[in-house]
Formats: sequence, structure tokens, C-alpha cells
Amino acid sequence: MKGPSTLEQAEDNWHTEMGAAFPGERVVLRGKDLFTELNDLNWFKYLMFGVTGRLLPDKHIELIQAIWSLTISYPDPRIWNNRVAALAGTANSTGILGVSSAIAVSEANTYGNQVGFQASAFIRRATRVENSGGSLSEIIRSELKLKRVIPGYGRPIAQHDERIKPLLKKASALKLSDGIHLKTAQNIENFLIQKKYRMRMNSAALTAALLADLGLSIEEHYYCSIIAFTAGIIPCYIDSVNKKEGSFFPLSCQRLNYTGQETRSW
Amino acid sequence: MQKEKITTKIWLEEEEPDNPFAAKTSYCSGYDVYGDLLGKISWSEYIYLLFKLEKPQPWQSKLLETIAIAIANPGPRDLSVRAAMNGGVGGSTAASCLMAALAPGAGKNGGAREVYQVMRLWQQCQFDLTLWQQNLSDYQDEADVEVWPRSEHTPGFDPYGASCATPVLQTLNHLTTIYPEGALAYLSTNRTEFEQAADCPLSMTGVIAAAFTDLDFTDEQAEMLFLLLRLPGAAVHTLEQKKLGWRKYPFFGNKLTLANDPGPKSSNQST
Repeated sequence: MKGPSTLEQAEDNWHTEMGAAFPGERVVLRGKDLFTELNDLNWFKYLMFGVTGRLLPDKHIELIQAIWSLTISYPDPRIWNNRVAALAGTANSTGILGVSSAIAVSEANTYGNQVGFQASAFIRRATRVENSGGSLSEIIRSELKLKRVIPGYGRPIAQHDERIKPLLKKASALKLSDGIHLKTAQNIENFLIQKKYRMRMNSAALTAALLADLGLSIEEHYYCSIIAFTAGIIPCYIDSVNKKEGSFFPLSCQRLNYTGQETRSW
Repeated sequence: MQKEKITTKIWLEEEEPDNPFAAKTSYCSGYDVYGDLLGKISWSEYIYLLFKLEKPQPWQSKLLETIAIAIANPGPRDLSVRAAMNGGVGGSTAASCLMAALAPGAGKNGGAREVYQVMRLWQQCQFDLTLWQQNLSDYQDEADVEVWPRSEHTPGFDPYGASCATPVLQTLNHLTTIYPEGALAYLSTNRTEFEQAADCPLSMTGVIAAAFTDLDFTDEQAEMLFLLLRLPGAAVHTLEQKKLGWRKYPFFGNKLTLANDPGPKSSNQST
């Protein structure tokens, strides 16, 4: 049995290199003083320093911000996570409750952060295989056989992904579109087209490839995407909280399609 | 054009004659909730009905009620309750405190995901002791790639336990008396073998997963219910600490060691 010794050693004893605040004096993040060493960073670069421990080049920061604004910051309250914030607004709940619960809901496996995580893992695996002389078609076929989907390819509500073109344009303008992961991601799409699959690359695969080519690990990709949906979520809350309460897509009793038991007595 | 609808086996509503947005009668799996069930059934019977869409046997509602009592308050040292109390002492909104409880309460370390994992083990191993011993001695996460952190211990067992904690044993024993024929009974009989294989004593998540298995709940239903049924403790401890305030609540003031502290900077000291 392992026993409680780990907890005994950890009681009142947290060792960290991540950071601490010294109230009334100073703040340290990853070994750097906030007020003298990190004070000139913009907020997003500061955030990415907290996530990665590296001061990323400005071009990388610009691309990551472009990814978030061009691909997942859609202010449409019909999108499921955004709708949570809109429902909170129409219920006259608070902005932070609506937005934080919408962020939590963003960790979805049909469209959200779970897709990004899966796409990131798949693109990295496929790139390793392709660049070590392996067969891309084999890895695609085995993924399809195992999961019936290719993470980062296909889309639930539309086949064409309008986000690809503007994001590639931005990456090209920043000269950040020549990496090996992006090449593999595009080779996968070409394979799917040739073999007449209906799936096309979606922004999750493109994002995964671009971030991998920037040198972000899969975990760093996940961490920096945690709040990435917020730019779309917050406007949805603001919109609905400013309209008449309860007026966001109300449902009448007739809108239930009941398929259960006949009425009965207990 | 036909209006989009929510498809449900759980809930049917008949509207008030003067208002299509107000329900005159609400049926849960065919039972009139406000006209028939109210005052007639217990909370655990209703929860069972909501999840299973059928009336429970007396032992089933008794088992569910006992589970609900056993886990209603994990106590103020529990990670989920502590998270909620942090909301309380800082003066956060009520919902944020319960939301705070849900995040750690969802985890693979004593939380609802651990219950889910043990439910999966029951599905895979059933009553095959050899299979249990194989899985417990070398537990592997089912998914290679997932947003959940990697498991650091065998689910259902306490990685820091010296021996099986008394409340865990008491809960297991009591639940087994309610249903002495299934997973709970098998766990009671084989607890020592299970603990040897896992190299850890049985934990509450292991007991509760066995109980949910006996109730024939799915892994996802068990995960949801474990989240839901632990919230009362988070709520009351939050309210208590909110009244007492942050000054009477641990802050761990000088208990954090910053290993790479660059130290005070002269330009900063002058400000």
C-alpha cells in the first residue's frame, strides 16, 4: 500500500516555479518579475508566456490571435456554447456565470476544444508517419476504421469551411505557412478528395497544424485555447441581457416532441 | 414550415388554454408530476424515475436514497467543497460556488470521472476476479488522447490511503445489506483481493460505482448523479464560510515556496 506519506509531505508545503504574488511588493511569473521584466508585454503575449513559459515571437502571437478571432470567435447565439451565454442573459443571470459556463461547454467533442485536442494529436501523428517514410493513406484508413472520423476533417453543419482561406492568407502573410504539419494536413485533404470522401479539412486541423508548426506542444495548444471562444461568447450574453427578459428563442409547450410512455398513474 | 422541436422520452407538457408557454400538466415518463406524484413519492423515487423512466422497486429507491446521503457532504476538506468555499469566502455568487465545486468534483482523483471509470471496469470485468485483478494491477486509460489528464491511480481506490477508511467500509456494508446479490456484494466479498491488486485501499468512488452498477445505471448516468448528489455539502459549507469570511479561512500565507524567485528588483522597490 502506498499510504498517506505524499500528503503528509505536501501539507502546508507547495513548491512551485510557476509564480506567486507578494502583496504590497511584487509579482513573479515563471521566474520573471511582472513589474520590471514583463511590464511591456501586451496581455496576449503575457498570457502565452504563462501558458508556455516562452516569450513567443510577435509573428507567432499575431498568428495565434488571428486563429482565435478568425475561427472560433463567431458571435452567433445559435452556436451551442454561445447559446449558453445567451440563455444566461435572457434569464437575467450574471455575465461571468453565463460566459464561464459557456467556456466550460466549449469543451465539446463535436465542435469544441475536444476536437482541437484530437485534431492536434492526429496531425502530429500523421506528420511523424509521413516524414519517417510511412504511409499517409494507411494512417487515414486506420483512423477511419477505428473512429469513423478523421479529427479535423469534415464539419457537422456545413461541408465547406469558410475559415480556411482567410486563415491561410494570414499565415502566408506572416510567412508561417511552410511548416511540415501544415503540409501533412493539406496532403490528408488531398487524399480525401482523391478517394472521394466527403470530408474536407476544417479549421481544427488547420489550427492544429499551424500551432504545431509554431512549436507549441499538444498541451500548450489545449491550454491556450481554453478561453479562445470568449470573443464570440461575451457578445451573445450582452445581446440577450439587453433585450426583454425571456425573449431569446422561447419555446412553447408544443415544441416538445414527446416519444415516451403513455400517460399513467403511479 | 414545421417548427423545430426538442425530442424527449422524459417529459410531456399540455399547455394552459390561455397561454401556450405555460404548462397546465407536466408528465414525467407518463406520470402527472404535479397532479399525481407530488406528495405521493419520495425524492429518490423521483430521481430514479427521471433517470430510468420507470418506477423503482423499493430496494432501488432505498439504495439510491442511501447513496445520496452517503455522498451528500464529502466534508470541508474535500477538493470540490474547498473549491466552493473559496467562492463563499470571497463573496462570489451562489451559482459560481456550485460551479466551482463541479470542476474538481468532476475529476479523476476522487471525482465523478473516477466513478465513470469504475463503471466502465464493472462493464468490462463483471464478476471475473482474474480480469479484475489484471485491470486493477495495471490500470490503463481507455483513450490515448483526451482532454482529461492521465490517470495517476487505479480508479475506485485511494492512492493515499493506509487502509480502507471507516466511512467507506460502513457505506459498503450498509449498501450491501440493501442489495446483497450484485456488484456491492461481490466487492464486499473480494475487497481484499481487489485492494491487493490495486495496491491501494478501496475508496468511496469504488463503492458508489458498485452501487450504481447494481441500480443498472449507465456510466454516464452515474457520472452525472455523482456530480449532482455531492452538491449539498458544497452549498452548506460555502454558506457557512461566507458568513465567517476570508480572515477565518486558510490562505496558506507562508506555505508556498517559490523555487525560482528572482527577488525584489530595485526599480520596483522605489514604486
